[in-house]
Amino acid sequence: MSTTATAVGVSSKRGIWGGGNEPLKASYGKLMMWFFLLSDIFTFAAFLTAYAAIRVSYPGYAGPEDVFVGSNEYWPVPEMVFDAIPFFHGVHIPLAFVGLMTFILIMSSVTMVLAVEAGHRNDRPDVVKWLLWTLLGGITFLSCQAWEWSHFIHGTDGGSLMTYVNNLGQIVSETVYGANLAVNEYGPAAFAQLFFFITGFHGFHVTIGVFLLFLAFYQAAVGVYERRGHYEMVEKIGLYWHFVDLVWVFVFTFFYLI
Amino acid sequence: MATNENKSSLEVIPRNEEKIKKIWKTAGILLVLTSIEFLFAFTLPRGLLLYAIFIGLTIWKAKYIMMEFMHLGEEAKPLFYSIIVPLIFLVWLVIALMREGSDIFMIRW
Repeated sequence: MSTTATAVGVSSKRGIWGGGNEPLKASYGKLMMWFFLLSDIFTFAAFLTAYAAIRVSYPGYAGPEDVFVGSNEYWPVPEMVFDAIPFFHGVHIPLAFVGLMTFILIMSSVTMVLAVEAGHRNDRPDVVKWLLWTLLGGITFLSCQAWEWSHFIHGTDGGSLMTYVNNLGQIVSETVYGANLAVNEYGPAAFAQLFFFITGFHGFHVTIGVFLLFLAFYQAAVGVYERRGHYEMVEKIGLYWHFVDLVWVFVFTFFYLI
Repeated sequence: MATNENKSSLEVIPRNEEKIKKIWKTAGILLVLTSIEFLFAFTLPRGLLLYAIFIGLTIWKAKYIMMEFMHLGEEAKPLFYSIIVPLIFLVWLVIALMREGSDIFMIRW
């Protein structure tokens, strides 16, 4: 929240961009957070567009979905790859787990916006309460992602028969389980590479967000913001946290739906 | 230690229930749009039409997150445009890379 700048001794002829006032009506910190987020939008957009470009350079899997087998000749169907859920080993439950993750992240974004709203009202107990919920949501999401990665890396019981060039330069045909950067049982090598890079980069952002949320939670709880006189830090961290949610909405569409 | 001097007596403003209701309403919209995406993922045949619907719904959700949760709509107009207008470059990026990808497809297969 910026104070309205009534510039002393500045002629009104100077105009809004002539200095001595705040043309964008936002504090330095908030502006810089917005411009950082803009640059981050470009980073993620470049990742996702690269995913789309590599995806259209492969034929998609065209056969019936219930007999899908992984091959590096065609791009896999996401429902057939992301169909696992904890405690239901080997059961085909497509997209349910990632749906849960999406739900958790959207809900944590809602609790964050409630924390920001409470900050506008200088309501310390409410800020602390909602930040704690947001923190819990973030940690739960990260735990889910850790499980998702672990499952993706270790693979299914059956694996897939793949013919590929190994790291010694030899062409080999063998049953591949799970995924690494060189080969994976789901599709072309680029499929797992992009999965690791894009969801990994997003998860890294969530991790930083969880640290920032903890900082805000702690400082709000001990009264740092109350002594400072405003809760703008909650608002800035809120912007970052909503951005993380925004990126997930796109990752979800490109990776798990299309 | 917080002394009387630097302990600000911030006045707590009571909750504006209407504002809070609007936040939950936006959350509801986001969850409904996501549910629609799920429904379509299992019912509609895969193809360009379905992908276009998915991308449309995603941008719609992004609009809600940016305008309602990040309050971009309430910022000063120059700030709003300095965030939105640079995104035009992404249109070029998408067109160029999709063209590139389909050309690679033609050569490879």
